Amino acid sequence: MKKEIQISMKDVHKSFGSHHVLNGVDLDVYKGESVVIIGGSGTGKSVSLKCLLGLLTPDSGTIKMNTKNIGMLFQGAALFDSLTVWENVAFALLQNRLINRTEAKKLAIEKLAQVGLGKEVADVYPADLSGGMKKRVGLARAIATNPDVIFFDEPTTGLDPIMSDVINNLIVDTVKKLGATALTITHDMASARKIADRIAMLYQGKIIWIGSVAELDKTDNAFVRQFVAGSANGPIKMEVKAN
Amino acid sequence: MKLDLGFIDALGRMTLRFFKSAGELVIFTGQAIYHSLTPPFYPKEIGRMMVEIGFYSLPVVALTTLFSGMVIALQTYAGFSQFSAEGSVSLVVLVAVTRELAPVMAALMVAGRIGAAMAAEIGTMRVTEQIDALSTLNTNPMKYLIGPRVIAGVLMMPVLVLIGDIIGICGGYLVGVTKLEFNATTYLISTWNYLKPMDIISGMTKAAVFGFIITLLGCYNGFNSKGGAQGVGQATTNAVVSSSILVLIFNYILTEMFFKM
Ligand SMILES: Nc1ncnc2c1ncn2[C@@H]1O[C@H](COP(=O)(O)OP(=O)(O)OP(=O)(O)O)[C@@H](O)[C@H]1O
Ligand SMILES: [Mg+2]
Repeated sequence: MKKEIQISMKDVHKSFGSHHVLNGVDLDVYKGESVVIIGGSGTGKSVSLKCLLGLLTPDSGTIKMNTKNIGMLFQGAALFDSLTVWENVAFALLQNRLINRTEAKKLAIEKLAQVGLGKEVADVYPADLSGGMKKRVGLARAIATNPDVIFFDEPTTGLDPIMSDVINNLIVDTVKKLGATALTITHDMASARKIADRIAMLYQGKIIWIGSVAELDKTDNAFVRQFVAGSANGPIKMEVKAN
Repeated sequence: MKLDLGFIDALGRMTLRFFKSAGELVIFTGQAIYHSLTPPFYPKEIGRMMVEIGFYSLPVVALTTLFSGMVIALQTYAGFSQFSAEGSVSLVVLVAVTRELAPVMAALMVAGRIGAAMAAEIGTMRVTEQIDALSTLNTNPMKYLIGPRVIAGVLMMPVLVLIGDIIGICGGYLVGVTKLEFNATTYLISTWNYLKPMDIISGMTKAAVFGFIITLLGCYNGFNSKGGAQGVGQATTNAVVSSSILVLIFNYILTEMFFKM
């Protein structure tokens, strides 16, 4: 059986002024698959997601997405601070008048429970939450409409190890149970191993390696090995020299 | 010689930047009008903005128009009594307040309160990616953020000005009766007799235009802000300064249009 492609990026380039961020990104994600993108800070992972979402227009290249029902967790959560937590979670449902407010609130509380938040936070404003709690509300909002494709920008950053695992399980469940396609950015290798069917590494504006978790441990790609080992010594040089 | 070229270079760059931002503003204006007039509408947001603009601006608008009416009565008396034309004080108060002072004062106050608040709120939403988040939740940010604000501005400014008219005229009346020793009944009757619908209508028309300008520039500057807290601060300042200037320019243009009526 041939696997159906859900998300496809072909030779995508994106620059900000003279700063070339993406230099020909190629990536295919199959339906029902969970792909994780790893890569150093500032290599353009968030920019790639924004190109996929249509929030940024690539300078060249093609992007295809076989659905319009998309969920997105932003790196900084991006909760609406004029709305309460439950109104944030149920935002898309309320705006598109899919259900009434009572039902929407019930559903929002259900989604909040899935990310480990009790119903006491439902009526709180985002400004009164901790960073990790905001992130989880953002996650609840991203999955509230049961989207076909979900993008997670660093879902476990700022969470304690136990809550990280709860979120990892949630992502795995969302993909397996709902048959959603997930594209996740993370720096957290434990999380990547747990949720990924395939892992892709972004370096200098290109996907330089893509493969399964098993392949990740066997690869002789020096860049990937250095990144996975988290070592300062290797071909990837961080610019920390003060010159 | 090199110096001259640098100067021309800078001048050219400035001119280009000016036309670029002017063009962007024109496009933004077109989009704002389009998105304000086409569904979906967001009644809850429109209501929230109407309260914000109409209700919470009442105290400042009332105070400024009250004192403007009072000062006009005093000054007119000082000038007109030299020609024994004191009887015209009520007329001057009426015309000055309804045609000029109430709309302009209210607009400048609302620009400071509402224009700034809108630029800050939308600017913060921009730099914290909330505007991006709106699009991922199947909501058009232009429709959701700008439509309600522009609609509320255009609807509420005339109401504010109508209230300002009444308070300003009362201010003139208070000074006329207590300080200038006019007969209360005579003053009221002459005000009533001088009252022409066109005075009120022209002031309220101006108000609607000013409401559009203020909310549009608040939204425009917020929408295009970048670079964190500093960028939002810059957007706020720009919104207030540019809308105040445009209000005064359009006040002249509209006055000229209404001049013969
Ligand atoms: N709107 C923008 N304007 C100008 N430059 C930008 C913009 N967005 C991103 N960049 C630049 O693009 C580069 C990649 O940014 P991006 O946010 O994609 O990094 P990232 O890979 O997600 O990093 P991190 O892991 O730290 O989140 C950065 O150097 C950033 O400065
Ligand atoms: Mg990022």
